[in-house]
Amino acid sequence: MIKSYKLRQNIQLALTYIFILFMIAVVLFPVIWIFGSSLNPGDSLYSTSIIPEDPTWDHYRELFQETEFPIWYWNSIKIGLATSALTVFLVTLTAYSFSRLKFYGRKKGLMTMLVLQMFPAIMNMVAIYVLLNLVGLLDTHLGLILVYAGGSIPYNTWLMKGYLDTIPKSLEEAAIIDGASRWTILWRIILPLSLPIISVLAIFSFMAPFGDFLFARLVLTSPSNWTLAVGLRNFIAEQFGQHFTVFAAGALLSALPVTVLYLSLQNLLIGGLTKGSTKG
Amino acid sequence: MDTAYRRQTELEGNKRYLAAFLSTLFMGAGQLYNRQWGKGILFVIFHVFVIISNIPTFLKYLRGLITLGETPMEDHSLFFMVYGIINVMLFLVVVGIYIINIRDAYKNGLLRDRGEKPAGIVKSFKNLVETGYPYIVLSPGLIALTAITLLPLVFSIMIGFTNYDLYHSPPGKLIDWVGFKNFKSVLTLGTWANTFKNVATWTVIWSIMSTVTTFGLGGFLAILLNNPRIKFRKIIRTILILPWAIPGFVSILAWSGMLNTNFGAVNKILTSIFNMQPIPWLQDVFWARVAVILVNLWLGFPYAMILITGILQSIPSGLYEAATVDGANGWQKFRHITLPLLLFSMAPLMIMTFAYNFNNFNIIYLLNGGGPAVFGQQGGAGGTDILISWVFKLTFQRNKYNYASAISLLIFIIIAGFSIYNFRRTRSFQEEEMLQ
Repeated sequence: MIKSYKLRQNIQLALTYIFILFMIAVVLFPVIWIFGSSLNPGDSLYSTSIIPEDPTWDHYRELFQETEFPIWYWNSIKIGLATSALTVFLVTLTAYSFSRLKFYGRKKGLMTMLVLQMFPAIMNMVAIYVLLNLVGLLDTHLGLILVYAGGSIPYNTWLMKGYLDTIPKSLEEAAIIDGASRWTILWRIILPLSLPIISVLAIFSFMAPFGDFLFARLVLTSPSNWTLAVGLRNFIAEQFGQHFTVFAAGALLSALPVTVLYLSLQNLLIGGLTKGSTKG
Repeated sequence: MDTAYRRQTELEGNKRYLAAFLSTLFMGAGQLYNRQWGKGILFVIFHVFVIISNIPTFLKYLRGLITLGETPMEDHSLFFMVYGIINVMLFLVVVGIYIINIRDAYKNGLLRDRGEKPAGIVKSFKNLVETGYPYIVLSPGLIALTAITLLPLVFSIMIGFTNYDLYHSPPGKLIDWVGFKNFKSVLTLGTWANTFKNVATWTVIWSIMSTVTTFGLGGFLAILLNNPRIKFRKIIRTILILPWAIPGFVSILAWSGMLNTNFGAVNKILTSIFNMQPIPWLQDVFWARVAVILVNLWLGFPYAMILITGILQSIPSGLYEAATVDGANGWQKFRHITLPLLLFSMAPLMIMTFAYNFNNFNIIYLLNGGGPAVFGQQGGAGGTDILISWVFKLTFQRNKYNYASAISLLIFIIIAGFSIYNFRRTRSFQEEEMLQ
């Protein structure tokens, strides 16, 4: 019997499609369910079904009028932007030094940063709480921003350094021959060339505070200072299912900008990720 | 070459040793001996006003660090510890400057031995800025790093060696150093050791399962989607990376709701469409663990898929073409070309993911609070608690800060071992060594 090559290929293709459709369903299911829940009247989990019988936008209205959700949203955005700016500033300087400059303690410094990032962040929690309390930065956004930016230095420096290493030294040498000062080299040559990685860094460090629950909950104690993560969790933390529908609405609104951002910039972000992975 | 050799053998005198010796005794003395008046005076001033005048303060804080306070209510042990650490750090900085002072005296003495004249103050300053440029650029990052990462870290590590917990809390009570007692207790003492063993074992199993499943599914999908005969690949990929794009805490909390035994969507589907009994997802230890792995799979496969797609696309197609010419079929191509290259590139990534999942607090805590509750475990450890979420509970729910710190340190040792081993293998480190 002649096994048709084409038939085999087509069966494989069909199975592939089926599996892909299954995965798409699995991926979209929670999203649709949350959306459906947010439209459900009533408060708790019990009354929710995927296609609500009596859809209402009430919960969205509730979010904006009766809770501090808009404040939390604004807090998250504020903290995200500030963290992003500070992180880019600190990391760029640090990564540039480690990548392009020679100095005593360079190798040791790199190893130290590698080791530093291996400590679980949780270890620092009590200490950071005590320290922030000491300088009066507890329950402030500035304190949280400092924690985020400072804490991300080790990992991000390695990330950016890997990218900066790929910039040929000959560019710098040519500039020196032409009489450029150190500062000019940094500002006019290295920075423009590293815009891709700086953009990736800026975007990631903007979005990271959106998702962080631990440190936000630790540092910010008053509800009006909360970020989205803490506020949303509070909706359902007390008694599970208490305000589930409002939570669903809030969750959707919080997820939307970040998701859209990720999806629209996916080429840029994925490029930043895979560059490092295929190289090493 | 010739002149340098001649210069080296033409050293007259031993000024450099005397200069170094003088600078060791008193900062700036060697510089003054070298006739570098400006620099010498600056160093002397530094020595007098910074070092000598601060000796009492230094000793006071050092004592505070060692004793951690002697009078309850008046001495706050934690503050003593923090001040003590900062004190030691500043001390190290001063030692660094002292050493710079000595080396500087030696180098300039060497210049004089060769018959040359050391630089004047203005030129010295210019030299300083020139050689110190890297450090100047580094300073913002370094300061931030020290204050936000290093200082808390040292503080946390030290707490692991004290008895700081609910019953030994400042300012009412003092904390004392207890050496390695905490480590011994956690690893060998009764229920604590049992709990530690259980939680640690599950942490390892969890890390392995979560890494393998995400890379397995992600890889499978990457390979499937690599088939050029599939249409709408871009759209499919975009949809499939949704779990990665949606903020984690939203997805996890949502899944937590969907896995509710009585009202959750998952059980509703299972009972209505598949006619099964509702599964006690979050209430039974075994099912809770399954749930955590499955939810993590949902969250994590896009990332693996993206990475593996990148790797697949970097495999030169020439290899496949050569194999076809040699008569290989699809399966053989996969087994002998794709798989080996894939595994080679994936290995460091998988190890990194393993380390990440080992400490993946978010998913464990947000899905089920580390539960369900298990009878007989210390410190509130639940069925899905991994080491890091247990540490969290110990810190914030039981206030057992010392054990929390000790366990964190153990976690670090495990992860560090892994990461260093992994890192040594990867090319980036080797390239690093080649560049130097």
